[in-house]
Amino acid sequence: MNTAITFTIDGTTCTAETGMYVIGAAQKNGIYIPSLCNMDGVAPRGSCRVCTVRINGKLMAACTTPVSEGMKIENDTEELRDLRSQIIETLFVEGNHFCPSCEKSGNCELQALAYRFKIMVPRYPYRFPVREIDASNPKLIKDHNRCILCKRCVRAIKTKDGKNLFAFKNRGHKLAIIIDPSLASSITDELAERASKVCPVGALIKKETGFAQPIGSRTYDRSPIGSTVELAATSPNAKETAL
Amino acid sequence: MKLSLETIIDQYRADPTRLMDILLDIQSAKGRIGRTAIDLIAKKCKISVVDVEQTVSFYHFFSTEPRGRYTVYLNNSVVAKMMGSEKIARAFEKEAGCTFGSVSSDGLIGLFETSCIGMNDQEPSAIINNVVFPNLTVHSVKKIIEGMRKGKKVSELQTVKPGDGNNGSKLLTTAISNNIRKKGPVIFSEYKQGEVVKALTTLTPQVIIYTMKKSGLRGRGGAGFPVGLKWELCRKSAGDKKYIFCNADEGEPGTFKDRVILTERPQLLFEGMAAAGFAVGSDQGILYLRFEYYYLKEYLEAILDDMRKKKLLGKNIAGRSGFNFTIRIQFGAGAYICGEESALIESAEGKRGEPRDRPPFPVNKGYLGRPTVINNVETLCAAAKILLFGEDWYRSLGTPQSTGTKVLSISGDCLYPGIYEIAWGSTIGEILEMAGAEKVQAVLVGGPSGSFVGPAQFNRKLCYEDLATGGSFIIFNESRDLLKDAVLNFTEFFIEESCGSCAPCRFMTVILKNKLEKLLHGKGVAQDLVDLEKWSSIMQANRCGLGQTAANPIRTTLSNFNHLYTVLIRTNDDFVSEFDLKSAVADSCAVAGRKPMLHGA
Amino acid sequence: MSKPVIATASLAGCFGCHMSILDIDERILDLIELVEFNKSPVDDIKTFTKMCDVGIIEGGCCNSENVHVLKDFRKNCGILVSLGECAIMGGLPALRNGIPIKECLEEAYLHGPTIEKGNKIIPNDDELPMILDRVYPCHEIVKIDYFIPGCPPRADLIWDALVSLVKGTPMNLAYETVKYD
Repeated sequence: MNTAITFTIDGTTCTAETGMYVIGAAQKNGIYIPSLCNMDGVAPRGSCRVCTVRINGKLMAACTTPVSEGMKIENDTEELRDLRSQIIETLFVEGNHFCPSCEKSGNCELQALAYRFKIMVPRYPYRFPVREIDASNPKLIKDHNRCILCKRCVRAIKTKDGKNLFAFKNRGHKLAIIIDPSLASSITDELAERASKVCPVGALIKKETGFAQPIGSRTYDRSPIGSTVELAATSPNAKETAL
Repeated sequence: MKLSLETIIDQYRADPTRLMDILLDIQSAKGRIGRTAIDLIAKKCKISVVDVEQTVSFYHFFSTEPRGRYTVYLNNSVVAKMMGSEKIARAFEKEAGCTFGSVSSDGLIGLFETSCIGMNDQEPSAIINNVVFPNLTVHSVKKIIEGMRKGKKVSELQTVKPGDGNNGSKLLTTAISNNIRKKGPVIFSEYKQGEVVKALTTLTPQVIIYTMKKSGLRGRGGAGFPVGLKWELCRKSAGDKKYIFCNADEGEPGTFKDRVILTERPQLLFEGMAAAGFAVGSDQGILYLRFEYYYLKEYLEAILDDMRKKKLLGKNIAGRSGFNFTIRIQFGAGAYICGEESALIESAEGKRGEPRDRPPFPVNKGYLGRPTVINNVETLCAAAKILLFGEDWYRSLGTPQSTGTKVLSISGDCLYPGIYEIAWGSTIGEILEMAGAEKVQAVLVGGPSGSFVGPAQFNRKLCYEDLATGGSFIIFNESRDLLKDAVLNFTEFFIEESCGSCAPCRFMTVILKNKLEKLLHGKGVAQDLVDLEKWSSIMQANRCGLGQTAANPIRTTLSNFNHLYTVLIRTNDDFVSEFDLKSAVADSCAVAGRKPMLHGA
Repeated sequence: MSKPVIATASLAGCFGCHMSILDIDERILDLIELVEFNKSPVDDIKTFTKMCDVGIIEGGCCNSENVHVLKDFRKNCGILVSLGECAIMGGLPALRNGIPIKECLEEAYLHGPTIEKGNKIIPNDDELPMILDRVYPCHEIVKIDYFIPGCPPRADLIWDALVSLVKGTPMNLAYETVKYD
């Protein structure tokens, strides 16, 4: 049975129920912990490490650590802001992120985090790796240039009988996403749509779509990622909705 | 061909959790895991094709393309290079007629590099068709390749005599030497097969756990988790089936102690596993053995058979009704990360060796979701001895917080590389003297995931209170270029061995390596040292021990050998570009057929 | 007191960033009050006639001339600013970075669908700049002090950043103006 617990984030007392991960518990309390590979309704994996917080002094991923009574969590500190910014910058130079020509621009979570962290240029040298674009699937384009290997598609997209459509190939800096050619050849429109929605960047794009929203009205054009969580906290009924 | 693939898959009842075994057998039988095999496995095991591919592509010793009838895996680790492996590599290339990373045009010989194979005390060495060839010379390489051309069996290619101890025994017959330089009172002391499980028959699980706790025994793989507590947590964890794993993945460069223990004290280890099983209520043990030690397979299986026959394993062990414990060997396929316990479990389940998120911990939810204990080879042997001689005896060895002994694998620049079982609390200086090391510039304690320490710290003690270690001890004398020969190589090792799951581990290592190379190319400025320090700090955010320590070669030399870095930087510049106009325009000018004009640009 | 001096250049870019500078509309009149332009396409001064306070670079480096101009700017400007995605990360020209230069040139001048029959040649006149193996972000060639992203950077962003720079006030750049596209 879930029981009510109390913990603090950056000194603010928060409440939640056991069985929640730190990231969700924070959200309930109107506190945004930046994250990239995490997604509501999808099993967490802790692969991007952007949601790293200090819990009782130790660095932990907020998306995979269950919240517990008395936790002292540091979230919005100078150290962690820089750490998160560094991870995001790493992702920018690891692949080829040509935002001006990307269908996902404006709705891209990687880009949105970079905006939130006010990144004007990554501090690391660009690598310009040679990467593959695979358009062999009838419904989906896979652009490995943009992939950040968050594993969301692997975790979220399965066939009706529970088989994996997506998987990792290789390891380390050669890691890539692969699509099961036979299973994916009969992918439904709905699943293809979901795959491109699940992808936080523009690595999975549903064919014959893109650039549908004009600049200025896209998700992160006017307000930073995480602001819906934070806005909820400042609304008059915040206390009630949090509990 | 199809039939035998089917036979292999059926042998494991087309069980996807036995994918590693299926793939190992196919790789061994066919020399590769081709498209047909992958599709058939997916079909029979009822998983998607990409599920098979993700495991195949993760492990170093799996290959979708043929790697030659004779496949040479030459160790490219730091100590191998210090002992002249470059020369050996050139000899292989010359004799085989192909370069490393490729197969000779007739398909006979494949040359490949591999990370540390646990032979640091007898480098240069290579693995050829699962047989280890230590102490290679240019001459022996020539003989080996000659033998290959004559179509000899790989066992007939060996040019040196079998090694000492059990290495020379009928079932093993390998040229590997033990090089046990110092026998201590715990691991390598006298032992009679069967005495541990017989001692168990008078004990209860509670007493065993109590004894472990009192003894102060901590995990010997490196992390140092208290053994009694681990067993107790697993015992208390609810589960219809529990597992005891012995972690014999021994992938930390410079460590080879488990190889020697497995050679000389396998029975002690298996009895230790049985003891752990008895204590936590498990009847199934699994020895996860790194693929590099495949040569031990028949030897260890014969010993397991023998122990079963003697009722030291199996049902009603040592006549005690209900004391059931069997052991099987699970091989890895070349992945350092599988030494991390949750990655090891994933691998044993037939998956990629990606560490799990914790909690849940293995003691609660481990192999196949069941409570699982994972202990290192040395730990289980020590546990067995504690049950024989008692916790007081064990506590009398070592220091108050680091009880007992530690087996060190010593290699590098010293007269007597090999195995040393020492009491915890010995200083680095004392150990260097034992090993016959002079003019020492640095010691790498605990392998690349540990620390580089210099003479100013040679009075430090090896123990949990001061310098904890999994046992790798690599010595570098003053002639070595520490940054170029060691730090750069180890950073490349971590790049190669990262599972890639966590963003910082996957790519920060590459960024750091490029930065280090910038410094080594004489293009470094003061800011670069600040960057190295600051950038590498994000490695702390990685999920597992590998990722968290992957920048340790850089970080520990930055703090302990800072002078090696400061001499590299240009003090008069605040910015140095790595851009070189001449090389940047070379290709385009060549294609256009014009002479590069480099002045004034 | 003399006004701060600004120089600008477009390297491997499309001049879109310069267009965006002009996009500050009537504030261009304020700008003229605020600063003086030296070498720049804006006033068509071809060579530096004095040391400048701020140099603004559009575009990355795709050929030897770009490198030359960039280094010249570094020598003649106190502060150097990368303006726009191309200067910052190569931008769209850098899409060629994964393709060997040989293939690029052959496609462009020998085998491409728009190549006319006849004497095909990869331009090789010594007067032409030499093409680099890839497109380089400016800060990989010289030290760059500030980065203003966008494709092109929003006019408001350029204005705010520039005013802060020449006045020495803190940069408080509005969220909706800092974009990568």
